[in-house]
Order: sequence, then C-alpha cells, then structure tokens
Amino acid sequence: MFDEEGMDEIRQIFLEESTEGLDVMESGLLALEPGTADMETINNIFRAAHSIKGGGGTFGFIEVSDFTHWVETILDEMRSGERDVTEDGITLLLESVDCLRGMMDSINAQSDYDTPRISAIQARIQALLNGTEAPAAEPVVAEEPVATKTAVEGITSESEEIPVETLLEPEPDLETEFFSETLAPVEPSKPADVQPAVEAVTEKDVTPVVAEVKETKPAASEQKEPAVAEPKSGKAAPESTGSSIRVNVEKVDSLLNLVGELVITQSMLGRFKKEFNVNDLSDLRDGLAQLESNTRELQESAMQIRMLPIKVAFSRFTRLVRDLSKSLGKKVKLELIGEQTELDKTVLEKIGDPLVHLVRNSLDHGIETVENRIAAGKPQEGLLRLSAFHEAGHIVIEISDDGAGLNRDRILFKAIEKGLVTEDEQLTDEAIYMLIFNAGFSTADQVSDLSGRGVGMDVVRRNIQDLGGRIDVESELGVGSKFTIRLPLTLAILDGQLVRVGKEIYIVPLLSIVESVFINPERVNVVANNSMLYRLREEFLPITDLRAICGGYYKDMTLDVEELDDKLLVVIETAGKRYGIVVDDLEDQQQVVIKGLENNYKHVHGLAGATILGDGSVALILDIPGLAQRCFSDVDSVETLAIA
Amino acid sequence: MSKVQTQYESELDLSPDVLQFLTFILNGEEYGVDILKVQGIQGWSKVTPIPNTPDFMLGVINLRGAVVPVVDLRKRFQLEEVGYGPTTVVIVVKVKDDEGERVVGLVVDAVSEVYNVNSKEIKPSPNFSGSISTEYIRGLSMIDSKMVILLEIDSLVNAGVLDLVSNELVN
Repeated sequence: MFDEEGMDEIRQIFLEESTEGLDVMESGLLALEPGTADMETINNIFRAAHSIKGGGGTFGFIEVSDFTHWVETILDEMRSGERDVTEDGITLLLESVDCLRGMMDSINAQSDYDTPRISAIQARIQALLNGTEAPAAEPVVAEEPVATKTAVEGITSESEEIPVETLLEPEPDLETEFFSETLAPVEPSKPADVQPAVEAVTEKDVTPVVAEVKETKPAASEQKEPAVAEPKSGKAAPESTGSSIRVNVEKVDSLLNLVGELVITQSMLGRFKKEFNVNDLSDLRDGLAQLESNTRELQESAMQIRMLPIKVAFSRFTRLVRDLSKSLGKKVKLELIGEQTELDKTVLEKIGDPLVHLVRNSLDHGIETVENRIAAGKPQEGLLRLSAFHEAGHIVIEISDDGAGLNRDRILFKAIEKGLVTEDEQLTDEAIYMLIFNAGFSTADQVSDLSGRGVGMDVVRRNIQDLGGRIDVESELGVGSKFTIRLPLTLAILDGQLVRVGKEIYIVPLLSIVESVFINPERVNVVANNSMLYRLREEFLPITDLRAICGGYYKDMTLDVEELDDKLLVVIETAGKRYGIVVDDLEDQQQVVIKGLENNYKHVHGLAGATILGDGSVALILDIPGLAQRCFSDVDSVETLAIA
Repeated sequence: MSKVQTQYESELDLSPDVLQFLTFILNGEEYGVDILKVQGIQGWSKVTPIPNTPDFMLGVINLRGAVVPVVDLRKRFQLEEVGYGPTTVVIVVKVKDDEGERVVGLVVDAVSEVYNVNSKEIKPSPNFSGSISTEYIRGLSMIDSKMVILLEIDSLVNAGVLDLVSNELVN
C-alpha cells in the first residue's frame, strides 16, 4: 500500500510530531508542583501524550502507542483527581518520557527497541497504578535542601540563556532523585554514563549529587545549546514551531536557478541603457518576453516553497482509516475530495493533528458497526468523506460521515452532569453540539484505545483557533455528522478570474464561477422591487452589477437594462445557489496571492482581500458568499439593488 | 521659547529628551509627526479605490508588496479640496494599536522639515480650532518663531481615520 519512500515520509512526520509532543510533556511535567493539581498543565501533558499515542497507533508503532497508553492512564487519574500529583509520579512520568525518546531514536535509526528498559518502566507504571510501591523509585529525601538550592543557583547564573535553569526552576525544594531525571536529557554525549552515576550516589548521600550536577551542567549546556533550547516552558513551545519551514533542497535549487536566469536577462536588457537604436527593438522585445517568463517562473517557484496540496495531510488517513476500521470491526470507505487544494505549509502542518482527532472520532463514535448499520437500514459500508476547497478567502475542510450522528440529549445530559450548563438553560442544537469541544468532555461510556477520554475535541478546537479559524458541527441523529473547519487563507494562493468594472480590476475566485455569458437584454426581467432576474436557459438568476455592489465608490452610477447590451454576466455559485454578476469585461485568469486588508486597514464587507497584480497595482478580491448574502438573500433591504 | 535648533546643529544632541519630528503642511498649517513612526515618504501614485468606504479613504496602494491604505487628510478633516499638485506627497506611517501595527499612508500638501524638539518644552495644546481636531494633538512647539502642531499619530490614525470609517458605515 505504501512504498518505501511513503513509509519514510510518514515515519518522519510521526517522529517530528512526537518529538514536539515529548518536549511539551517534559516541560509540563517539570512545571508540575507535587501536591497540587494544576489542571491546565496536566491537560497539556495529557494532550501531548494522547497525540503521541494516537500517532503511534496510526503509523503502526504499536509499542509506542501501548507504552503511552499506560502513561496516559496515570495522567488521566491525576486529571480526574483520583491520584495525587506526587514527586514519585512525576519522576516516573519523566522517566517514561525519556524512554519514549529512546523509542523514537530507535524508530529513527530503524533499530530494535531497548526492551528491558521499556518493560522495567512499564512494570513500575503498573505497580504505581496498582497502588503498590514502585520498586525502582527509591524514596530519597533531600537532606540538605539549602545546599541543593545554592548549587542550582550557581549553575543557572553561569549559563544564562540556557534552559538548565528552566529545567530546574520549577522545583525550589529539589529532591535528589529529581536530578537524575533532569540530567539525562541534557547530557550531550552519553546519557547512560551520567544517569547511573547519579543514581548510584543518590542512594548514599545528597551532597555528591550536587557536585556531580555542578560539573556536568555547564559542559552539557555549552555543547548542546540548540537541542536543549527546545523544552522550555509550555508557553515558549508554540513560538518555536512556527518559526521555520523545511523546504526541499530541489525547490531552493530551482529558485536559485531562476534567479540566475533573471540576472542574465537583466544584464541583457541592461545594455540598452547605454545605447539604443531602432534596430535593437526586436532584441529588446525578446528580452522583455524573457523577463516576463523569468518573473512568472520565479514567482511560482517562490510560492511553491510555502504552498503544499492538502494531499500531504490527507494521505495519512488512508492508512489510519483502514487500520482503525479493521480493529473496530467496521466497514468504512474513505473518500478524499479536493486533495489538490493548496494551503500554506505552516497551516498544513498544524491542521494535521486536529484532522486525525476528527477522523478518529468519526470512526469510533460516528460510524456504526456493520450489524447496527444493517439494523438501521443503511449500507454495510460507512462513508467517511474528507473534502477541502477554497471559499471566501478561507480554506474549508469538511469531515463528514454517514454514521449515527451526535446524540443531542446525551450531550446535554453529560454537560449538565459536568456542570457546563444548567438544566433550565435553553440551548439551540448548534450550541449543544458545540459543547463537545469542552476539555474533558466525552459521552463515550468506555474509555477505548482510540478515544473517549474527551481530550481530542478541545485540542481540535484550540489548534484551529490558534490558526485563526473556526469549526462548526452539523449533525442529524441516525444520518451522520459533518465537521466544517474554516481556516483563513492569508498566505494561500487563489485561482482568480480578473474582471473589469469601469476602470477597476476585481478578482473573482475561479472556483466559484460556473460560467460566463454575454448578456442578452431581452432575457432580463425587472421584478417588483426593481431587482433583476436573468433567464439563463430554464433558470432565473438574480443578477446585480458590481457597480451597485460597490456602491460606495460608484454610487452615482446605476444599472440600466439598455446598458447591459455589451456586458458579460459571470454566473457564480455559492452555498448551492447561483447568481449573476454583471461585469464590463473578463481579463486574464491567474493565480493570486491573497493579502488581507485587515493587516493595515480593516475588513471591508464584500471583499475577501487584495492582491498585487503583475503591473504592481493592487486589485481587490471579491468575497462571493459575503456579496451573495448582502445582495441576494434579502433583496428588499438592499438599497443598492433598487435600480431605477 | 523652546530650544531652536536646525537639523545640522543638533546632530550631536543625544539627550533622551530630544525628539525628532517630521513636519508637513496641511492647509497652510505645519504639523509634526514623531519621526520614528514614519516609514517613508512617497510621491503620489495611483490608488485602487475600496468600495463601501468613506471618500477620504482613497484606496490602497502597493508598498513593497504590502497592501497599504491611503487617507486624504484634507478630505478627512473636511478642508477645501485643492487637487493634487507636484508637492503632494504620501507620508507612510506605522502606528500601533492593541492588535498590532498598521502601516497607513497620509496624503498631505507637502513635507517641510525635520526638527528637534525637547520634549520638556512641548506646550499642551489649548482648545483651538486648527484643521485637525485637538483630540489628535500632542502639543505645540515654537520653532523658528512659527508654531508647529505636534500630532498624536497613533490616535489620529486609529481613532480618527480607521475607526471612523466603521462608524460611518454603520450609519
């Protein structure tokens, strides 16, 4: 199913995501204070663990997913208050994080796991869960907290911007066993050397440990600054993820080649600066043509660096859906639509996790088992559809299934039980469905390997909101549910049709255009409130003139039936309805980069943004759904449509 | 009297109290803008009009790849229109608000000078009726025995230009 290269890519994605997740877990654990239960932090750690578990299951690293499941169980108990947050517990969890790191390294190197280590920690986790004393986690008491603290301070002052201090900071009353944990990831070359050494001394005496720490810390931090710079506090993590993108070297090379060509063209044209006679005219023309193609290629090439088809994010679901449906005993068909829709690479990377959660949810809770489906009179095979498209300056991703749908009453019952809403509150169906995005909310009766702990949905919403997007739910009990994610398209490319209205050029998203026709004035019908309908074949379309829409600027101009003679009608479709927009002329079709008007100005109704055309001028991009809403949905109230 | 200095004499004056102001002419009055807020000065170029905005919002221009709105200050403060001449320029300023920074172009009659002004000698603005409302004025300064009105450019642009637009739209 996957070729070797595809497998490599998947492995790489998983490793990168998990490494980030482990960093989040580690910093979260280090920030936890024993004896207190900081829900936000625990939730953070839990989410990270959950993502790793999910990823492990998805990509077939069962050992990772099994191991993380145990970790998650501890965290879940801490979260629900069933288990106190103890120093022992944190220590064990940190050791588990290290163990997972080791597993990631093994996966990366394609070597075998360190099985004894894994099973040892797993045994301790089980012991902890069973309430017995963990055999390896020796209760070491900090006999000289003062000495310990001084030592730590000494270290931190020596190495300022190095996260050693961050690692140690959250623990003012450090216990010695804590050191063995914090040391391991910092030591650059041979963690194995240091860890046993420290552990050996912890059992005997406290002071030597301090000495040990003193020696190793500065050296470690000097050598491995970039690596240890990652796991700072939970807050710092998002900054680091957004700052860089990985680009295929080939793309950069092609960009450089194009720049080289551009330089050649420039020098060719440059000679005309010195002297020019009429005979050179054809050379000049050639040069300009070359410049034009250079520039276009360069532009495309530069855009390509940031833009990727959503296929990259979608492709992993083929595997996920197959494996999951098998393990759940369900039959599911996955349908991918709009895989070529391009979106910004950073958006693409961040949308991966939420999509995984949503797909898993649909499979686990949405689509029913074969027996249930037959009983409900549905085809045996469930349908899960992922589709992506551009709309109104947004990328819309829909995850829909024909499963059981959301159970409104159950969600409401749970929400009342959890105290999220009160019993006498009147909520719309939509408002009730939105409740599933609350942290810790799950209606599943059993915590399964897949979902049901109620972590997924709040991560989903948070990630989407972080991207400036939103998520909506539609659902019908017994028929299915649909999650719609809208993400802003600030950096995305749009295929645009340039249209001319008066002297100005506007851009209509090509995807929303059904067709363009010459207007035959005889087919225009003016109806009661002076709005116009156009008879296109057997259909009546409401039409409007951009001049009228753009009332502010063209307010003195009105649309006259006679004037429509030589004009064009661009038929657009949005939200399943068709409308016509009268324009003076159609110009080129081209890809445009959307620049938000909000950056320096504000949102203007009817406009999705602006772009810069080839000649350097600014053209405005029409917000087709917004315009439709303004001009057609409530025709009576729109003054601009009242055309004499 | 405030300290009178020309640009050249003052280059060595590094006192933290000294602020530099770029001044421009609008309707015969001289206004100063904190020079650190000024991104550049542009000649007049074609703008792309934005529909559904007030007439003082001339439209947007391409400023090195960024889409930047341009406001006609004469129109904004309902001054007599004089048309655009050879001295007409767009002063591009970067202003801050709660959401971040915005770059906006202001069309003025002409640019004038860069002055050094000691912040201690900025006089509070009396309630007078200049071309620009007093709420956007930081203070007055006497330079070469002429009065320069120092602007609070952040509030002028944010409240005076951008937010006003939305109010008018609502009406």
